[in-house]
Amino acid sequence: MKEVETKMLERAKELLESGEVARVVGWKKGEFCYDPSPATFESVEELKDFTYDWFCGANLSKYLIQISKKEGKTAVFLKPCDTYSFNQLVKEHRIKRENIHVIAVECRGKFDIEKIKAKGISFVTGAQLDGTQVKVSTLYGEETLEKSDVVLTKCATCNKDYQVQDEAIILHERTKKDVDRFAEVAKLEAMTEEERFAFWREQLSKCIRCNACRNVCPACSCVKCVFDNPASEISAKVNSDKFEEQLFHIIRAFHVAGRCTDCGECSRVCPQHIPLHLLNRKFIKDIDNFYGEYQAGETAEGKTPLTSYTEGDTEPNDVFKGEAK
Amino acid sequence: MKKIAKAKLNELYAKISESMGLFLPIKRAGEVNYAVWGEGKEVSLETLKTVKSPKNAFFPDSENLMKFKTEGKNIEIIDVRKDYKEEKPFVLFGVKACDYKAIEVLDRVFLADPVDSYYQARREATTIVTLACSKPEESCFCKVFGIDATAPCGDVTTWLDENYLYWQANTEKGEALTALVADLLEEGGEESVATQQEATKAILEKLPFSALDLSRFKPENLNDLFNDPAWEEMSEACLGCGTCTFVCPTCQCFDIRDFKTSEGVLRYRCWDSCMYSDFTLMAHGNSRTTQMQRFRQRFMHKLVYYPSQNDGLYSCVGCGRCVNKCPQHLNIVKVIKTLGGKNDD
Ligand code: SF4
Ligand code: SF4
Ligand code: SF4
Ligand code: SF4
Repeated sequence: MKEVETKMLERAKELLESGEVARVVGWKKGEFCYDPSPATFESVEELKDFTYDWFCGANLSKYLIQISKKEGKTAVFLKPCDTYSFNQLVKEHRIKRENIHVIAVECRGKFDIEKIKAKGISFVTGAQLDGTQVKVSTLYGEETLEKSDVVLTKCATCNKDYQVQDEAIILHERTKKDVDRFAEVAKLEAMTEEERFAFWREQLSKCIRCNACRNVCPACSCVKCVFDNPASEISAKVNSDKFEEQLFHIIRAFHVAGRCTDCGECSRVCPQHIPLHLLNRKFIKDIDNFYGEYQAGETAEGKTPLTSYTEGDTEPNDVFKGEAK
Repeated sequence: MKKIAKAKLNELYAKISESMGLFLPIKRAGEVNYAVWGEGKEVSLETLKTVKSPKNAFFPDSENLMKFKTEGKNIEIIDVRKDYKEEKPFVLFGVKACDYKAIEVLDRVFLADPVDSYYQARREATTIVTLACSKPEESCFCKVFGIDATAPCGDVTTWLDENYLYWQANTEKGEALTALVADLLEEGGEESVATQQEATKAILEKLPFSALDLSRFKPENLNDLFNDPAWEEMSEACLGCGTCTFVCPTCQCFDIRDFKTSEGVLRYRCWDSCMYSDFTLMAHGNSRTTQMQRFRQRFMHKLVYYPSQNDGLYSCVGCGRCVNKCPQHLNIVKVIKTLGGKNDD
């Protein structure tokens, strides 16, 4: 990973020094080895804090809504999943494509520090991939974990490829994973209605309504969310009753249906580890079923299944009854 | 000092629950948060940091105040609150030193004039049992705020090791609780506690954030700190979510809102976050229009405004929850390191 970081840093320097771009969007070092933050670098001096490592899981695309409106060109490092969000935002006219220089950057999955800590490992000082395993160094010595136990949930089933790039920094090829991203959804579908209700009830009752899932979501790009708008009559800062607890999440899932690229940020950021991505994946699976295979963010052009009509379209009523196709 | 075998803790919980409510760290759907004890619940005293702090025992995430129903020109006002004087006594169990200190921070807000009677009723009805830490984590920095994680106060202080929970009553309420469960307790434990405290202190000493410099956070530096150009950079990745405020044991802001339900309008009070775009929204608009300003508000409040009104008491207790939970890894430690020890030039 170090070599990739070095190459990225060199490229960022070149771009800034030559004046080709006014700023570079990437990640900067945190207090530990595992807490980098998204950051904008406007000069070579600022790049001293630049980092790219196994913990750079954050999706940078949404920041470009604001940044692409700034004067001058911006270079951004995008992982495969991030390129889907980028395309989707370009398609929705939220990002000004002509102002962005996309550098596709290597990703072989990112690690989740909370999963490492959940194994009882603390004082982590570093982590490196070693085949299918991860070597975690700590103040107390080294621990070896299975990579599959340590990667972010969103990375565990990701087989995405770059959908947009102006150039690329890729030193290691990714291996395709033999996983079905809908397996968990199928499990939920196999439950009885009561079981499924109980599952979501249990999960959603943990929600503290911090809105991190919504605020990080690239598909949630409304200037003013209905839930923040006092005039909407459903605005709410908290789950003031049991009904509302579900309402927020279900409305949100409906609203991003057909636009959610499955970037997995919602589940990454949730402080209560609610598997929100499963709601969205259910919608993706259903859209695939009812309207034909579709992956949001694959292109920045073209029609989308839920916003275009064809004669053979499934009737909404059949969709509701689950009888379509 | 008294002690009880770990294997008998369930009996202790059951005994307390017979006559009082018992609120303690419980694992549900994979996460540990404070909740009401019941037979079969998975108690997790070992969890160092519950996701939410115990503050919602006194200051709940949301609390219904009243309902309005309209029929023609009539408005019916329905009081949905139970009488606060009827608050059932309860025990808040397993509170860590940082979270205990945080209750003092909240008390100074809610028990100051005008007293928040609901908060007060809950406070008075509660016996707090604290639990000393033995495995502090790298994000802990309670020491910076003068908190001793190995000897928290409270009505009863407890220590936990492999075999026993050690128990020491500190107040009248604590003595009463001790009497209630006396049959389950045995004498002894001083030595084990002292050994544990010593070992924990050695870890606390070495924690990476144990020596943060707070010297610049003084009322006389308010303007300099407020105008520091570093806020822009520190806040640039902030999502404006409420995670850091809602997991924080000292964040105390609330809002009063109406919600339209099928049975009329429900008025409730709920946690608010200074990170939200509608925080302090008034008829004229909003006094803070950018995320940088909101971000600055959160940390200035913790480190400058609150202490300047409360005899120098900071309203951060170093629990490290915001360090662990911010989705983009922004947090108060980064703020303290950037601004805390810098010269005034
Ligand atoms: S991030 Fe998690 S806790 Fe926060 S609002 Fe979303 S689901 Fe609820
Ligand atoms: S600092 Fe972090 S947790 Fe707090 S509002 Fe910003 S992004 Fe959310
Ligand atoms: S500001 Fe952060 S570290 Fe301080 S008390 Fe609040 S959550 Fe804990
Ligand atoms: S901050 Fe201190 S008191 Fe709080 S959990 Fe960590 S060690 Fe314990």
